[in-house]
Amino acid sequence: MLLIRCPFCGARPENEFSPSGEAHIARPPDPSACDDDAWTDFLYMRSNPKGAHAERWRHLHGCGRFFNCLRDTISDRIIATYPAGQTRPDAE
Amino acid sequence: MRFSFATMLRQAFTGNAWPEQWRSPEPKPTYDVAIVGAGGHGLATAYYLASEHGIRNVAVLEKGWLGGGNTGRNTTIIRSNYLQDASAALYEHALKLWEGLSRTLNYNVMYSPRGVLMLAHTEHDVRVFRRHVHANRLAGIDNEWLTPEQTQRFCPPLNVSPDLRYPVLGAALQRRGGVARHDAVAWGYARAASALGVDIVQNCEVTAIRRDAAGAVTGVETTRGTIAARKIAVVAAGHTSVVMAMAGLRMPLESFPLQALVSEPVKPVLPCVVMSNTIHAYVSQSDKGELVIGAATDAYTSYSQAGGLHVVTHALEAICELFPTFRRLRMLRNWGGIVDVTPDRSPIVGLTPVPGLFVNCGWGTGGFKATPGSGHVFAATVAHGEPHPIVAPFALDRFRSGRLIDEAAAAAVAH
Repeated sequence: MLLIRCPFCGARPENEFSPSGEAHIARPPDPSACDDDAWTDFLYMRSNPKGAHAERWRHLHGCGRFFNCLRDTISDRIIATYPAGQTRPDAE
Repeated sequence: MRFSFATMLRQAFTGNAWPEQWRSPEPKPTYDVAIVGAGGHGLATAYYLASEHGIRNVAVLEKGWLGGGNTGRNTTIIRSNYLQDASAALYEHALKLWEGLSRTLNYNVMYSPRGVLMLAHTEHDVRVFRRHVHANRLAGIDNEWLTPEQTQRFCPPLNVSPDLRYPVLGAALQRRGGVARHDAVAWGYARAASALGVDIVQNCEVTAIRRDAAGAVTGVETTRGTIAARKIAVVAAGHTSVVMAMAGLRMPLESFPLQALVSEPVKPVLPCVVMSNTIHAYVSQSDKGELVIGAATDAYTSYSQAGGLHVVTHALEAICELFPTFRRLRMLRNWGGIVDVTPDRSPIVGLTPVPGLFVNCGWGTGGFKATPGSGHVFAATVAHGEPHPIVAPFALDRFRSGRLIDEAAAAAVAH
């Protein structure tokens, strides 16, 4: 079980949290202006990297807030957690 | 060497060591087809390319050892009772091949159609499974509904008491479903493919995909040198996103750890496969006597081949609730595999936007059951350069067209 540092509540066990997939995927501001490729990319395509992965988590059984997490998908080590809206930190 | 009773006898009396069952050649500089990944699906693809399409100048490139990924890590459940017509056709194609596979390969894959029970614990489950039963029967696939009493008669150790937190309200039973010996499937296909001239190259990691000016693939860079091929078939399961990124493609995949574990071996106690999606447990008994138990995927993506202990604990709690007699069994080993999951929980098999590059992935938590069918239709797709009719609905392009094949109800976790 991971120990995850919520930016608002501090370190808590993983089962207080709910992961919500890859971070920094912005919904196109005008979906009807998107072509099919751009919409497919937004809806379905994921980088799924082997290495540093920026992902959204929600502190579901805590403060209830969404935040972002940079995690190494090889070791599962959490590199950083940061509030939603901030830019992704460097991997090291 | 052809296996038969006479061969067995001769070996037993002469005491000779069994010879190697497949060649381990140095890679040649050029092949007609390079398959990336020597798991069950990749080896089956190679075998059917050679045996049904006459394409024998084939390399199967494997970064580790053959059958060392999800093929050697899954819980070996075989069934074909999927809801959607396209899925039912694909998995039923595989099930029909399972039935004759040991004979086809001259290798005992120990396919054992002992029946797969899928338990319903809520009113919603009951309705969903009965719908599955009806849909399957219309498609000519065996699947039947059992009451709790019939369920217990079919599986005596199962606790169907109404006192359970989630009591068993019935079950869908596919009698032709069952299990097979996972390693034997990889070894059987490897042996048969190798005998037809396919080169299986282990410890050979693909590090880049080469393309010409028009964008078509021309070969791969590997840790054992450059290998030219006009057709590249990626069958890399959890690592598909990584390999496809070498050709500049993003995939609708996320990779999750999926865990399984086995108990100490005991005498035959569990006559069938039991799956419960709702309380999340699936279990069968191997021929060695171990209970083979499948847990859930972890909630986050990972390539670590190890998941959280709480996920395993959850599965064991469900098993102990369903089978009180198993409570004192000790668990011997647990492990994880990395499964590639698609948004609609259906696989992706077919062509890609890159000419000459084919992909077979997205089998998620339940690819083992499809191994022969997947290899069979994918080989036809690679050989002809167009999708085999059974697998045409599973093209990568469905995420653009919106024609998804939603199997989340059948396969959300226990596939």
